Amino acid sequence: MTYVTKLMGAAAALALSAGAALAEPALIFDLGGKFDKSFNEAAFNGAQRWAEETGGSFREIELQSEAQREQALRRFAEAGSNPVITMGFAMADPLSAVAPDYPDTKFVAIDVTWLEAPNIRQIGFAEHEGSYLVGMLAAMASESNTVGFIGGMDIPLIRHFGCGYAQGVKAVNPDATVIANMTGTTPSAWNDPVKGSELTKSQISQGADVVYAAAGGTGVGVLQTAADENILSIGVDSNQNYLHPGKVLTSMLKRVDVAVYDAMKAGIDVETGVFQLGLAEEGVGYALDEHNASLISDEMKAAVEDARAKIISGDIEVVSYYANDTCPAVDF
Amino acid sequence: MSFIDLIQILDSTIRLSTPLLLACLAGLFSERAGIFDIGLEGKMLMAAFFSAAVAAMTGSVWLGLLAGIASSLALSALHGLASISFRGNQLISGVAINFLAAGITVLIAQDWFQQGGRTPSLMGGGRFTPVTLPFADALAGVPILGPIYAELLSGHSVLVYFAFLAVPATWFVLFRTRFGLRLRAVGENPAAVDTAGVSVVRLRYAAVMICGVLCGVAGAYLATALQAGFVKDMTAGRGFIALAALIFAKWRPWHALYACLLFGLLQAVALRYQNIDLGGVVIPVQAMDALPYILTVIILAGFVGKAIPPKAGGEPYVKER
Repeated sequence: MTYVTKLMGAAAALALSAGAALAEPALIFDLGGKFDKSFNEAAFNGAQRWAEETGGSFREIELQSEAQREQALRRFAEAGSNPVITMGFAMADPLSAVAPDYPDTKFVAIDVTWLEAPNIRQIGFAEHEGSYLVGMLAAMASESNTVGFIGGMDIPLIRHFGCGYAQGVKAVNPDATVIANMTGTTPSAWNDPVKGSELTKSQISQGADVVYAAAGGTGVGVLQTAADENILSIGVDSNQNYLHPGKVLTSMLKRVDVAVYDAMKAGIDVETGVFQLGLAEEGVGYALDEHNASLISDEMKAAVEDARAKIISGDIEVVSYYANDTCPAVDF
Repeated sequence: MSFIDLIQILDSTIRLSTPLLLACLAGLFSERAGIFDIGLEGKMLMAAFFSAAVAAMTGSVWLGLLAGIASSLALSALHGLASISFRGNQLISGVAINFLAAGITVLIAQDWFQQGGRTPSLMGGGRFTPVTLPFADALAGVPILGPIYAELLSGHSVLVYFAFLAVPATWFVLFRTRFGLRLRAVGENPAAVDTAGVSVVRLRYAAVMICGVLCGVAGAYLATALQAGFVKDMTAGRGFIALAALIFAKWRPWHALYACLLFGLLQAVALRYQNIDLGGVVIPVQAMDALPYILTVIILAGFVGKAIPPKAGGEPYVKER
């Protein structure tokens, strides 16, 4: 027993000293998992790019339950990881509890923008602006003038996506119908492709011919069904155009990879404070590659680029769902 | 709501009910023989993964189905070993199976395909395609009956028809054969069956294995017919809704069909209409999602007749010395 204890103590001390010496960055993935083809995978890609370019290494954990959030934060902070990067809005409460205990550790919080702490870099994305652009594309590609939105878990962030999208649709075609559905109200809504498929079929039967999925793993089912039923879909967070070439109209890019890459590159000197990444900072955008080149005509592209410039210059204001918890363009 | 809307909702009901129905009948066999099985979820998940994985590798959905059934059977054997041979606690064994399946599917998927715990998308022969019933196209134009036949009854995967045929088959096996009589007896009074010289252990294993086959089909239906591949945790609690349906149906095959159709209908309506406006009163979608569980609680509380589980359920059988 004592031998084992000693051994574990030695291992822990080694881990501590090694961590302190190298100050490896750490990355905490949210419940969706590292390879969700979407939000978390984008973070992983950013970290991977940093690791390949610098030859450095980073530590990572995929959370399995709510209870692990604070535990993982403390463990990485104790082990000397710096900066510690967290994914998702749900890390806000654990962060506000843990960050003051480790004033020398820098934390980077993706999708959190409302904490008061000197050592947290908080990064928010203007998802409504990116969604606005893909909403415009959806409205221009739609022949039935009915488009769909399928969200994952019903939380304000996802409504924020849907709200920007609906505004983009209405900007192109004020008479267009936007059907908005949420998959569920529990975290299992992020991983229920069967329900995603049924929602897609239901929206198709109501006339939708473009659907936008902001639903994590559930979106896989949405994109699949859209491809099977021969309508267009729009991916989210990462570029998902390649999943069904020629069937995915575009993807709303949220450049989590860039945010993570930049944070890791800056290392322990990473600047703290609140940062909003919108169209101007290229924090959000829409994906254009060889898989959807045939779907996006030059006029569509010109119109979207025009709107992009106007949003950046302030001529078009995309209303944020957070502003007053309602959306002018669609009811959820 | 127009007629065509109604058809589409019922169509969706059939698709959503099928995995519930298969899992519910699986639980019915097991529990009627006195083996509680809350591992339905885990077995479905395991079968979903192996059917998708094998279908992706071989390109044959039938091999995938076999692999799914085999993997589900393996878990059933484990459950049988723990709860029949070693007389362990059936609930704990079931919980363990759920955890095991949730973890091991993602682990193996990551090792085999390196796609983050999912299988590649299935193409062509790797999926069950819709079966068009005879004359469906010709009859589609007939008013009322045409759409019902062409849209609602035709165009499902072969596993859907299997699931619905499994209901009368289950009824026949349980209530019209000697095997069924013994199986039910083993769930009520295993000592009597043993006295009659029939092996309790063998009967219970048989029931658990049938349960495994049905769960296997249910899992394969999710991954290779409804979807084109496996995604982690894709059963999303359907095994537990099936258990609720089983209690709701009071462990009877035909009632299981009605319960599963009802629960499927509730899901389909919830998916179609997010908030239902009934003359000023708005029913939120969350209420619809919770309704299967609420109904089950009402049944369990004894408001609508009493739900009496098989008497020997949950008890390992110990031969008297």
